Amino acid sequence: MSLRSPRSGRASGGALRRHRGLALLFVLPALLLLGALVVYPIGYSVARSLFDASGHRFVGLDNYGTAFTDHATLTAVRNNAIWVAVAPALVTAVGLVFAVLTEKIRWATAFKLLVFMPMAISFLAAGIIFRTVYDADPHRGALNAAAVAVHDTFNDRSTYPGAHPRPGGGLDRAQGGDITAPTSTRVVLLPLVGVQPGALPATARTAQEPAGGDGVSGTVFLDFVPGGGGHPGRLDAGKKGLPGVTVQLRDGGRTVDTTTTAADGTFRFGAAPTATTSVVMPAANFAAPYRGVDWLGPAFITPAIIGAYIWIWAGFAMVIIAGGLANLPRETIEAARIDGAGEWQIFRRITVPQLAPVLGVVFITMVINVMKIFDLVYIIAPGPVQQDAGVLALRLYLVSFGGGNDQGLGSALSVLLLLLVVPVMLLNVRRFRGSRA
Amino acid sequence: MRLRSALPTLTACVLLAATATACGSGGGGTAADSATQELKGQTLTIAAVWSGTEQENFKKVLDAFTAKTGAAVSYTSTGDNLSTVVGSKIEGGDPMDVVMVAQPGVIKQFAGKGWLAPLSSAVTDAAKKDYAGIWSSLGTVNGTQYGLYFKAADKSTVWYSPTAFQNAGVQPPATFDDLLKASRTLSDSGTPAFSVAGQAGWTLTDWFENVYLSQAGPELYDKLTRHEIPWTDPSVLKALTTLGKVFDDKQLVAGGGQGALQTDFPTSVQEVFGAQPKAAMTYEGDFVGGVIASELKKQVGTDAKVFPFPAVDGGKAPVMGAGDAAVVLKGAKHPEAAQKFVEFLSGPEAATVWAKAGGFISPNKAVDPSVYPDDTTRQFAKSVIDAGDAFRFDMSDQAPAAFGGTAGQGEWKDLQDFLADPSDVQGAAARLEADAAKAYKG
Repeated sequence: MSLRSPRSGRASGGALRRHRGLALLFVLPALLLLGALVVYPIGYSVARSLFDASGHRFVGLDNYGTAFTDHATLTAVRNNAIWVAVAPALVTAVGLVFAVLTEKIRWATAFKLLVFMPMAISFLAAGIIFRTVYDADPHRGALNAAAVAVHDTFNDRSTYPGAHPRPGGGLDRAQGGDITAPTSTRVVLLPLVGVQPGALPATARTAQEPAGGDGVSGTVFLDFVPGGGGHPGRLDAGKKGLPGVTVQLRDGGRTVDTTTTAADGTFRFGAAPTATTSVVMPAANFAAPYRGVDWLGPAFITPAIIGAYIWIWAGFAMVIIAGGLANLPRETIEAARIDGAGEWQIFRRITVPQLAPVLGVVFITMVINVMKIFDLVYIIAPGPVQQDAGVLALRLYLVSFGGGNDQGLGSALSVLLLLLVVPVMLLNVRRFRGSRA
Repeated sequence: MRLRSALPTLTACVLLAATATACGSGGGGTAADSATQELKGQTLTIAAVWSGTEQENFKKVLDAFTAKTGAAVSYTSTGDNLSTVVGSKIEGGDPMDVVMVAQPGVIKQFAGKGWLAPLSSAVTDAAKKDYAGIWSSLGTVNGTQYGLYFKAADKSTVWYSPTAFQNAGVQPPATFDDLLKASRTLSDSGTPAFSVAGQAGWTLTDWFENVYLSQAGPELYDKLTRHEIPWTDPSVLKALTTLGKVFDDKQLVAGGGQGALQTDFPTSVQEVFGAQPKAAMTYEGDFVGGVIASELKKQVGTDAKVFPFPAVDGGKAPVMGAGDAAVVLKGAKHPEAAQKFVEFLSGPEAATVWAKAGGFISPNKAVDPSVYPDDTTRQFAKSVIDAGDAFRFDMSDQAPAAFGGTAGQGEWKDLQDFLADPSDVQGAAARLEADAAKAYKG
């Protein structure tokens, strides 16, 4: 970038001045553009950050004080740290793995094209895609559909999800969800509510009185007459039995006997009741169906968005790294192979160290990219968890334009963001210099 | 800054003077025309947020005005950024004549900037005669009436599925306690009582406002609206506790609090009136009817019915809602015609035109209820008119946007946190107060 040409040292004073003037003339448009588009906005932001929301009152460093005491901004800073710590490393690693693997497979180009494809989609569209992928409802969210399918393969769905005893109806519901008849007589009625009449199995018959006789007998029935009416807890006409409910006879903590209700809801145990026995319907009968993982909840939201980010950027990393890989000298690898090194050893001790400059470029590009992450977070995170997912760039937009309209605080945030990016930028510039020399 | 804000006014004055002379010279020859065509040759410009069906129906009103007065009318839909569009038009020296504004806060903001012309006495007199005082006061800033509310919305409406009610054998309740009782019976019948659209924060603010308005009364409601009492006030704690009776009961809210937080507004309507009902009721304003009719293709009045939000703790049943007011801009090129237009809107004639087309209720007492196309709309109009001065405008719409109108922060976020953990009433109130203090200060 030096304005001084190699010969200028020997040139006369007038020529030097002329050279300088000419050089300045050529540089001027670039300087003007840079000044108007980069330097002036930065300067203005710094100045604006010292004023209040209206822009008329000078408040000194108050905005910075607010930024560091505001809970939402601190969350944003924390999330930015998570992003920088996790996303660039993962993108580089995934890119490296893909690049090395594609060297060895036959349909390399097709594979590369496929992995690179997400780069062709706008972030907005990608965000909308992933918002749907992560949706909690298994009927919409692909990820939860898979989770539920896997879960239900290994676990049976409960017969009556959500069924429960009427509050104050005489049945106890333990912490774990087991429903217990408190006293143990020879005949027990187990009335339940909370089952839609349409959700009853086709085999369900009108509930019958327990048969009585030896042992313990009882009836599990739906204590609700369609359209209302009837007496709670009693076996009125029109109430249906609940077939297929697992019922246990317990004595203290020990299960004495287990049976399943018949089509009319009746069941029977052979063992005679004692003072300590009770009839229990285990919680598994009424467990709510498995709904998968709450990806977009406060706990998983940032990892979920990072996942989407990796999906988009892994292809880019792969292409750059594959480029570097193609330029690597083969001799060292072949020498290592002759010396009897395994593939893993070659990858770890030769390929990766030789690729280090390329990996560095990808990593640092990703770090800068991640620091200003905005669109994915804005689109994927639903309203209730927007603050939990917040990052600095999003916070600065919301504070300035998204309702608060406090462009003073927004400018302060933008200056903070700039200060965070500058060291990485300097590092990058230094690397460029180093690689050119 | 001072110079910049003075400029448009100056420009407007010059324009105004120019138009006045133009009118004066042109009017001489046509003075003999019939009185009904007195505004012939003038083109009024009118802006509103309405698009689609609403725009079409509003145009019918504009056509009626043209037929009556001879003035041509050009309508612009501003989209959601009404303030920005109006502001840039004024700065550019080309203001519209009449703008339809929704929130009283925006009328206040416009008036504060000196953008609005006071309404003519013909309009204010009509408003006094046929409107409840509350509507005039919503359009009044510092004693001068700038806005005339032409369209009203009722947000104290609970929508229910008659099938689910019939199935459970319950009737629409009139008090909040009855509502809880009916809700438990519904949940016993196997259908959770409510689908709550917790992913959209504004539905939660509306829930709170209805409970608060009925329980604490209109005076405290107004004070809280202006943030003259803190959100940690005992009345707020009480309302949150009452609201928690619904939100905290897993049997009453479909999917529980967590499920509700993942439900957006269209889904909450679908969960009640869709193909596979998951709940018996959903609470939101009269516009739910539009979603039911257009997206779910169900018949409002038979497949979906409405009862007014019930009275809480012996208070009066709340009538809370919103509306759209007409304001005349100060730099209007046809100030006289603009006032005439607002006068036209204030009368029952204009309201009748839109009312017949549907999706409209008028705050004007003189509008004949029989013009509404169906019983449900008539019911809304009746409750707004009957409420009279007890009607209250949506509180969150009157709060600073950072508190009452932004996704993911302020009241929306705090009430969503409350929905996630309704047992923490104190904490929720403290967070609401902290956010309100910040937003009202700025």
